[in-house]
Amino acid sequence: MEDDIILTMRGICKSFPGVKALNQVDFTLRRGKIHALMGENGAGKSTLIKVLTGVYPMDAGEIRIDGVEDAIVIRSPQEAQSYGISTVYQEITLCPNLTVAENMYIGRDPGRTVNWKEREKRALELLESLGIPARPRQQLGSCSLAVQQMVAIARAVDTECKVLILDEPTSSLDDKEVAMLFRLMRELRDRGVGILFVTHFLEQVYEVSDQITVLRNGELVGEYEVDKLPQVELVAKMIGKDLENLSVIRRASSPDAQRQQPLYEAEELSSTESRPFDFHIAKGEVNGFTGLLGSGRSESVRAIFGADPVTGGRVKMDGKKVKIGKPLDAMKNGIGYLPEDRKRDGIIADLSVRDNILLALQVISGMNHPISRARAEAFADEYVKALDIKTASLETPIKSLSGGNQQKVILARWLLTHPRYLILDEPTRGIDVGTKTEIQRLVLKLAEEGMSITFISSEIEEMLRTCSRLIVMRDRNIVGELTGEELTQERVMSTIAGGGN
Amino acid sequence: MNNKNASARFFANNSQLLVPLIAILLLVIFNLFRDPGFFSVGVATNNNGDPVLQGNLIAILNGASELVILSMGMTLVTAASGGQDISVGALAAIAGSVFVKVLKSGGAVSPMLVIGAFVMCCLVAMAFGAFNGMLVATFRIQPMIATLILFTCGRSIAYWINGGATPTVSSPIISAIGSFIPGIPVPTPILIVILMAILFGLLFRFTTLNLYIQTVGINQSAARLNGIHSAGIKLLSFILLGACCAVAGMIGVSRLGLINHETLLINIEMDAILAVAIGGNSLGGGKFRMLGSVLGAYAIQALTITLYAMKVPSTDIKAYKAIVIILLVVMGSPVVKEALGRFWKKLRGPRPAGAGKEAA
Repeated sequence: MEDDIILTMRGICKSFPGVKALNQVDFTLRRGKIHALMGENGAGKSTLIKVLTGVYPMDAGEIRIDGVEDAIVIRSPQEAQSYGISTVYQEITLCPNLTVAENMYIGRDPGRTVNWKEREKRALELLESLGIPARPRQQLGSCSLAVQQMVAIARAVDTECKVLILDEPTSSLDDKEVAMLFRLMRELRDRGVGILFVTHFLEQVYEVSDQITVLRNGELVGEYEVDKLPQVELVAKMIGKDLENLSVIRRASSPDAQRQQPLYEAEELSSTESRPFDFHIAKGEVNGFTGLLGSGRSESVRAIFGADPVTGGRVKMDGKKVKIGKPLDAMKNGIGYLPEDRKRDGIIADLSVRDNILLALQVISGMNHPISRARAEAFADEYVKALDIKTASLETPIKSLSGGNQQKVILARWLLTHPRYLILDEPTRGIDVGTKTEIQRLVLKLAEEGMSITFISSEIEEMLRTCSRLIVMRDRNIVGELTGEELTQERVMSTIAGGGN
Repeated sequence: MNNKNASARFFANNSQLLVPLIAILLLVIFNLFRDPGFFSVGVATNNNGDPVLQGNLIAILNGASELVILSMGMTLVTAASGGQDISVGALAAIAGSVFVKVLKSGGAVSPMLVIGAFVMCCLVAMAFGAFNGMLVATFRIQPMIATLILFTCGRSIAYWINGGATPTVSSPIISAIGSFIPGIPVPTPILIVILMAILFGLLFRFTTLNLYIQTVGINQSAARLNGIHSAGIKLLSFILLGACCAVAGMIGVSRLGLINHETLLINIEMDAILAVAIGGNSLGGGKFRMLGSVLGAYAIQALTITLYAMKVPSTDIKAYKAIVIILLVVMGSPVVKEALGRFWKKLRGPRPAGAGKEAA
């Protein structure tokens, strides 16, 4: 073993029924390095991490860790921890109703009784040394998501930690919070911790990582030094084909769209979660809501769909007054809504891919008109092929698909209803570059065919590529609307930040 | 290859039925070992001179009828609400009391009167089911707590309906419902179970109830965003269970020809919940297979009859039943399932990748 290697995994194999998730994968982690693990959805990143943390037993291969003579076998997360391998998952797995200090030390106090003073003192020291802006006695739930994430990391590194695994820690953080998290990661790196970092944001990889390992379809593509691998090449390696330049995707902006009679119009629309706002969209138009997290962009589109109880406002479709108070009303008016939180609001985890695709159409058809099995199979099959959804069969429960493929199933669910107006709230969050590009292309293609689309994304780049009009929100109010020449990254940023004009 | 895949899929789709099927199989083998003639079905002549089927097998199928019907409804409530209704026995007693009350009100027992009595008791039971459902769906009270109310007061309500008496009804029509229709050798309760199964089958075939209940049970938030009225679906599942209680109550009353509000289907709620669980359905709601619950109910009844046949004193029966139930529940637990899965994998052959290393 080289001196600064702390972890090696060799020839790791893992199969699930019908899928070879990992095939002869190698991975090496060095002391004091941040190592990004990259790959599309279904490439095997999560599986590799779960093997390393003892969630899944591996079928073959060996794992060696610094300080242990023989290859080790990790049978549980506890055992992984005992070897100094700690993990912080995408979703925060702490208890929001306990205090920060309790969360850091729960289940790990020496002895039988809790020495509260000692515990809080230790927590304070650790928080301060890592520069985490939280107080030990503060309730965790009252901290921002980023701070909660950092507390989870503090908990992970407080034990003898050699290897820290961060599984998409940034997916629900805004830029400032990400910066805070990165400071913490660099601090830990300088202390000699090896960090395995999984993310979908390419910029973040280049900002913080030292090395990159790329996986594709369960196989190792290679290990690279960050400064020797340009971004375009990284994407090409992840996708496995020469990437048609992302910037090729451009909206064929049709200025006429603005002048047409709007398909959907709302005046003073408000819901229990959103303030009154005006909004309209023309046939074939792609527009977007942008703003920081918490600016009210999601709440606004939820109001359009009736996802939160509507409290006021006038809505017209095709110039005729309609009442949209709940999701079913919206669906019957030809509106579809892909929710921001796929797990909570989108997928029906235990049901099959087929049932998940059929759900919305079935509800629109009505309770007394079940869609026949044969038609359901045909529909589902058509969209699985059209959107290239990777699933073992139509009967596979959606929960066993990768995130990007789950998202495509939800997309298929709405496309099957042939909506006139489709709302996509963060359709590309937490999914791989390849699928992201596919979804962007799809949005533009659908718009060309006459569908109106409202698109929300945290990545401004992506919105600029797809939208011909951007509605900017700040503090739950619409503060600007950008079209045409105004659609530049700088202009959007300054409008979001305010005081730009 | 294709064939193998198909059989593997069949196995995966039906693995949930494995536990109740194995339970029934073990009971059958055990009984055949003990008494080779245990399951022989004979034809006897009853008091009216009609040929009727007899034997332990018939006794099991017949005796399980109320439980099977209740466990059908319980499956729906469990799947939709993620909780259980513990008032089904009490509600069946109310329904039975209403049934008798109506029969007693109209002089001679005519077929029309029986139908009227059944419709009446069905409506009352569905109204009580709606009450339970409203507490659960609208007020979001945990199902077990919500139904605890009716569980506590249900038999008192049943007592009031007939003024505290336990009236008897003797009529050939009632005994036809409770035992045999002249000329048909199969006990009527078994026929009613078949009828209920067909009704539920039609309901699932011609409506989307099945999909909606599972969707609501798995992810209520997503169900709402896809236009499904979650509260309505939960309410509906409780109303359907109410109807099941009415049918079970009517059978129970007709067997004895009297209503005893204290003892009619006493403690059956726990067996109904157990049947759902043995049938491989999650008591936390979501996906369900009604057939599993039905098989579970028959397994429970087979066990009871076996113990009776072994001359176990009735006071001891519950203890023996508990032992078998522990075995069944452990057998269906995720831990055992996983262990069996690993064992099965090992049996199928060595793993290709690991094999080389082990040899070296």
